[in-house]
Amino acid sequence: MNNLKSRIAKEKRFKAYGIISITTALTLLTILFISIFSQGYTAFQETRIQLPVYFDQEILDPNKTNDWNKIKKANFNGLVKQSIRNLFPEVSGRSNKRKLYKIISSSAEYQIRNIVNNDLSIIGSKQNIWVLADDDVDMLIKGNINRNLPENERRIDDQELMWIEYLESENLIKKVFNKTLFTSGDSSESEQSGILVALLGSLYALLITLVLSFPIGIATAVYLEEFAPKDNKFVDFIEVNINNLAAVPSIIFGLLGLAIFLNFFEMPRSAPLVGGMVLSLMTLPRIIIPARAALKSVPPSIREGALGLGASNVQAVFNHVLPIATPGMLTGTIIGMAQALGESAPLLIIGMVAFIVDIPQGFTDPATTLPVQIFLWADTPERGFVERTAAVIMVLLIFLVLMNSLAIYLRKKFEKNIT
Amino acid sequence: MNMTVILITLVLLAASSYYVGLKKSVSIQKSEKLHSAPIYHGSLIAIYSLIVSLLFISMWRLFENYLYPEFSLSKNLIFFLSLLVFLITALIVFLKIEKNFRAREKVENIIEIFLLICSTVAILITIGILLSVIFEATRFFSMVPITDFLFGTHWSPQIPIREDQVGSSGAFGAIPLFTGTFLIAFIAMIIAGPIGLMSAIYMSEYATKKTRDIIKPLTEILAGIPTVVYGFFAVIVVAPFIRSSGEYFGLNIASESALAAGLVMGIMIIPFVSSISDDVINAVPQNLKDGSLGVGATKSETIVKVIIPAALPGIIGGLLLAISRAIGETMIVVMAAGMSANLTANPLEAVTTVTVQILVLLVGDQEFDSPKTLAAFALGLVLFFMTLILNYVALNIVRKYREQYE
Repeated sequence: MNNLKSRIAKEKRFKAYGIISITTALTLLTILFISIFSQGYTAFQETRIQLPVYFDQEILDPNKTNDWNKIKKANFNGLVKQSIRNLFPEVSGRSNKRKLYKIISSSAEYQIRNIVNNDLSIIGSKQNIWVLADDDVDMLIKGNINRNLPENERRIDDQELMWIEYLESENLIKKVFNKTLFTSGDSSESEQSGILVALLGSLYALLITLVLSFPIGIATAVYLEEFAPKDNKFVDFIEVNINNLAAVPSIIFGLLGLAIFLNFFEMPRSAPLVGGMVLSLMTLPRIIIPARAALKSVPPSIREGALGLGASNVQAVFNHVLPIATPGMLTGTIIGMAQALGESAPLLIIGMVAFIVDIPQGFTDPATTLPVQIFLWADTPERGFVERTAAVIMVLLIFLVLMNSLAIYLRKKFEKNIT
Repeated sequence: MNMTVILITLVLLAASSYYVGLKKSVSIQKSEKLHSAPIYHGSLIAIYSLIVSLLFISMWRLFENYLYPEFSLSKNLIFFLSLLVFLITALIVFLKIEKNFRAREKVENIIEIFLLICSTVAILITIGILLSVIFEATRFFSMVPITDFLFGTHWSPQIPIREDQVGSSGAFGAIPLFTGTFLIAFIAMIIAGPIGLMSAIYMSEYATKKTRDIIKPLTEILAGIPTVVYGFFAVIVVAPFIRSSGEYFGLNIASESALAAGLVMGIMIIPFVSSISDDVINAVPQNLKDGSLGVGATKSETIVKVIIPAALPGIIGGLLLAISRAIGETMIVVMAAGMSANLTANPLEAVTTVTVQILVLLVGDQEFDSPKTLAAFALGLVLFFMTLILNYVALNIVRKYREQYE
């Protein structure tokens, strides 16, 4: 027999293992959040450079037509280049000039075009316009590129650094809230890319998922829990199916979507409609199972009371049991929807993984979703996209936190209902 | 005539027919006692006529091309015919309304049938999965022998375009994928098994209610994080960390390694293991614990010698469920484990898994007559049955265990 001392020591060790396990899990969770936050928070700002633009009549509208259809073909790119040269008149030589043009994002041309389109009377005047900086400049300003590194190890060379420091000293460069991130689609230039396509894609797909899986899921749960005959082979078979579907890997649902929705019914590829349908197949068991649990936990006295007063079975269920179970069923539904929002594998298979610039206008336009956008950008080595990937993750996590808090609130309400 | 216009018109008609039925039964109610409340009469007219006319439309759409191809052009015809069907049904039901008409029973029957139909959707989904996977997989096995697929050790699905092309032989031996899948699942379980189990034990046996209430939701956050986020975490934090610590010990580790993917997947599965073990441990009857503590065993002795043996079947079932989760996981491995099909047990090398290959084969161009695309469905079939068997066994073990103590 062990003596008491070593037994007590063993007891303490065992308890310590438990504490270590929990702290390990929580530490890992913290590291995950910190690493994503520290990578991503800078992406909510973008760098802009003030450019003195002279809207030259000679370049834009030499014939003074004042007709946008003619003006829109003008050389806006040249106008931007000229403005940059005005900022740094001392730069000469072909390669130097080309390097200089690169500190500004290629989107500047379109920004200025839009300004002219909105107000043709601007032609001939001189304006200071804040245009987007190139992603390398953006990274430097945000401190993601170390200025003290030797020149050949950083993406910005000494000459470019000199220009930027001049801009900084003149207050011609500033960081502002990153509106681009939320108002544009994907782009090959990280400073011009945004998540609007993914946001709308997620929204459309989730709407379809909700519309399809919520009514069917609740109806199934109500049938199985309240109306289904007991000890019936067919009902057992339905239950076995639901339990199995809950455990089927999500990627298999993608195979079903590809073979049946896309190939057999010839629905459009990359569309949120099909994505939502695939997600709803996956979400269905995740709604049914908690909804049944919610119905089961309604005290039988409620139902019996209604039946005793002469209500029919349907009346007892719909007028008395369902209202009490509703918050509980909604909790399960919201959690199921949150899982659907984070799902990506089946969507990749039905082609929702594409470079999409145009904002989707409806359920059948090609789109991506937030998790798919994370997957796409995580594949890109550029530092600018790493930052934006982490930012999308933060946006996604915020949505998930909101949905889950709503679920927890409803669960509390439900628990109050049944006690 | 647009389909949506027809549907909107029908719904509006249904609403008005509801009022007509309601009015008639209310007027009867003034003098005599009705069997069913007026709303049931109204709803019966609306629901019945709507169902019949919708059935009519879908039948028409199904058969129009076979029976009357010359009519299929005129969409106005179907519109007027469906309205006619609606009005006739509504009229028939309307005429039936009288004091003894059992409208409520009929409405309730329709509701029950609707609920039953909804609950068969789950069966349809399973059939859909089986049909799509088995159908394409059979086509694949008619091109590539099933034995080559299941027992071949070389995986290289690129079909050569020229005879002498290097590196793409079109070999479909799936053994490297299976070993890769199990290697990663194994690493994940080494992480998640002990950590999940020990935290469950601590939570259910040692922790006070207060700490439990704080810690439990925190660990459950891990379960709510999307897998693609874990994948990003693996790429950006874990893989570089493993690589640099490998360099410190003089090891050369690929930037995509089974270890990184397995570690992160392990983190993902921790809450899964701990919540199942928690349930299982709590189901162990209190008198077993009390008996052990009563004869002088310490808490840890009780846990190791009484609670865990008693809960063992449940714990094993839970671990099997976790393994099936790990096998079916896609995003973490696709981002962190790599695409190269190495037949290796070395966790520091890049491996690939069944799910990764399904994704790689299907993203991009798809030709449904090449074995390359169809191979994905064969892999899907294997994956489906692998997880199905694991789940079936696990759920049965857990259920038997629960019954034992109930």
